[in-house]
Amino acid sequence: MFAILKIAFRAIRRNLLRSFLTMLGIIVGIAAVIVGVSMGTGAKAEVDKRIASMGNNLLMVMSGNMSRGGVRGGFGAAPNLSPSDYDAIRREITGVVGVSPEVRTRAQVTAGNQNSSSDIFGVSEAYADIRSWEFASGGNFSEADVRNASKVCLLGTTAAKTLFGENVDPVGQVVRVKNAPFTVVGWLKPKGANSFGSDQDDVVLVPYTSAMKRLSGDTLFRSFNIQVEGPDRLNSVTNDLAQLLRQRHKIAEGRDDDFSIRTQQEMSEFLNANNRIMTILIGFFAGISLVVGGIGIMNIMLVSVTERTREIGIRLAVGARGRDVLRQFLTEAVLLSVMGGILGIATGFWLAPLLTKFFEFPTLISNTSVILAFTVSAVIGVVFGFFPALKAANLDPIDALRYE
Amino acid sequence: MQPVIQLTDFRKTYKSGEVEVHAVRGVNLTVLPGEFVAIMGASGSGKSTMMNTIGCLDRPTGGSFLLDGVDVGSLNRNERADLRNRKLGFVFQGFNLLARTTAAENVELPMLYSRPALPTSEQRKRALAALTLVGLGQRTDHTPSQLSGGQQQRVAIARALVNEPKVLLADEPTGNLDSRTSIEIMGIFQHLNDQGMTVIMVTHELDVARYCKRIVVMRDGQIRSDEPVTDRSLAPAELAKLEAEQKAVQLA
Ligand SMILES: Nc1ncnc2c1ncn2[C@@H]1O[C@H](COP(=O)(O)OP(=O)(O)OP(=O)(O)O)[C@@H](O)[C@H]1O
Ligand SMILES: [Mg+2]
Repeated sequence: MFAILKIAFRAIRRNLLRSFLTMLGIIVGIAAVIVGVSMGTGAKAEVDKRIASMGNNLLMVMSGNMSRGGVRGGFGAAPNLSPSDYDAIRREITGVVGVSPEVRTRAQVTAGNQNSSSDIFGVSEAYADIRSWEFASGGNFSEADVRNASKVCLLGTTAAKTLFGENVDPVGQVVRVKNAPFTVVGWLKPKGANSFGSDQDDVVLVPYTSAMKRLSGDTLFRSFNIQVEGPDRLNSVTNDLAQLLRQRHKIAEGRDDDFSIRTQQEMSEFLNANNRIMTILIGFFAGISLVVGGIGIMNIMLVSVTERTREIGIRLAVGARGRDVLRQFLTEAVLLSVMGGILGIATGFWLAPLLTKFFEFPTLISNTSVILAFTVSAVIGVVFGFFPALKAANLDPIDALRYE
Repeated sequence: MQPVIQLTDFRKTYKSGEVEVHAVRGVNLTVLPGEFVAIMGASGSGKSTMMNTIGCLDRPTGGSFLLDGVDVGSLNRNERADLRNRKLGFVFQGFNLLARTTAAENVELPMLYSRPALPTSEQRKRALAALTLVGLGQRTDHTPSQLSGGQQQRVAIARALVNEPKVLLADEPTGNLDSRTSIEIMGIFQHLNDQGMTVIMVTHELDVARYCKRIVVMRDGQIRSDEPVTDRSLAPAELAKLEAEQKAVQLA
């Protein structure tokens, strides 16, 4: 086996440039596999991270039917969830840890002479817990604050930074939202971008009652955030919610819901669907490149067999069996493609971080993709090297010796 | 004594399209161990065809061929490859060495395909011994392009010998060599034959054939004559003669 490898190495080295050009197709294909898979894995990891940043065991009930018209996240639909829906959910659904309604406005927030146009979220006292949002300083507002529509608020890091400066604790300060003074009672820890890429920290959380009464004038909620007791309760709570809301919204049998319930799982799948399409596309081009590379190897091996007909004749004359010759040429083909594969993997390792650096595209090279790429290149060598090797093995010794 | 080679009514017919070429037409030939046979004859008389069959590179289309008692006609490709490997050594007119491969590695080539395989160190040892035997112990790491024709043919002979074959076959081994080198090569064959190796060779030159012990003459695919050599040339004596002649030429 060692002797065969040595012969194969020598044959490849003898035509170094030709061997390298032959490998090129494989190199490109394998590099594409590595980079493509790393983009898919990286994007998925990013999505998973963002989904996880939302909190645990979350359900979202959104106004409007998302599956109809495909309005992303239901954010385009008019709010149609009422305070009494909220009460009913709290009263009647079991297995729920916390519920928070959500109303949103975007408004000018000022403090001193600084101002920021941040997202104003009207939420309940349960919201920070549901989202597993921790406090850098201060604390949450209370149920009483919600009941009384108190003018208190929690500041996200970005909003706090804009209004008070970096690393300045805003607790106890007053901010003005639409000219109403709100006392800052809590300073939230940073969460980063959300699943759709917007900054979750550029936010001011106020009791939803205050938001509705003093800021937006809305009487309906855009969505509910619901945390359930455990992953096993997600289904039952989803069903119970749907039943309750259909009944309360008086939706007749057979008509579509006017709300949507999404689990975190579904949101991650929805977001990952795009990644999957991208991965498939890159995989397709990588596949084409690999087939072209394989054909290149087959072509060069056929040339090599013809060039070395005399050598084959000599080997047969001194007692090589057909299968010895077959093994020799197959080894050479596999060595070519595996070397191409290794170079391709190296190229992928070099390229993927560049992609992250210059295009901020998340990439993650997994061991599986390296093993996969290596195996694929070896298989290509065997598949495309077999025919030329067989041709060599079936040569007649005398004809081969006479070949000029 | 069991013959090494026994051809009985051996025939070989080549078919190229509609035309049939009867290259060999009924040859009976028996070669005993230790013989040294020269096969002569005009071009196209079927010498190479017969040698290729004896060398198990080809199969007879008629008659039978026993090599060391084994009927080669009934063997398959792999079995013939094994016979070539173990029992036969072939020397060609054009040397047929692997280019860009050292002398030692060329000689090791048959052992690469031996079953069971020898350890690499043993292979190298045997290769060097064979090269020493043909008087090329010094230049074992030279490639064919760095060797003269005579030296290349010595490497080829070493390669043919390395697996200790029953028969050494040579198809016009001196065809590409000058007269002095030819005598040296014949000297090697004679030396090997003295040690008991059976040698069969094809040649066009009577001068060369006279180093052998028996001359078989072919014509039109059949044997015309088969006689022992009476006044046999011996390589050392011939070399000395040649040297004396050359000296005479230089003096004159
Ligand atoms: N592969 C082949 N196909 C068809 N005819 C062949 C083939 N090989 C040899 N012949 C024919 O068989 C006959 C004998 O050829 P062979 O090579 O045995 O002659 P030879 O005695 O070795 O001649 P030379 O002295 O020129 O080498 C010739 O007529 C040749 O044309
Ligand atoms: Mg001939």
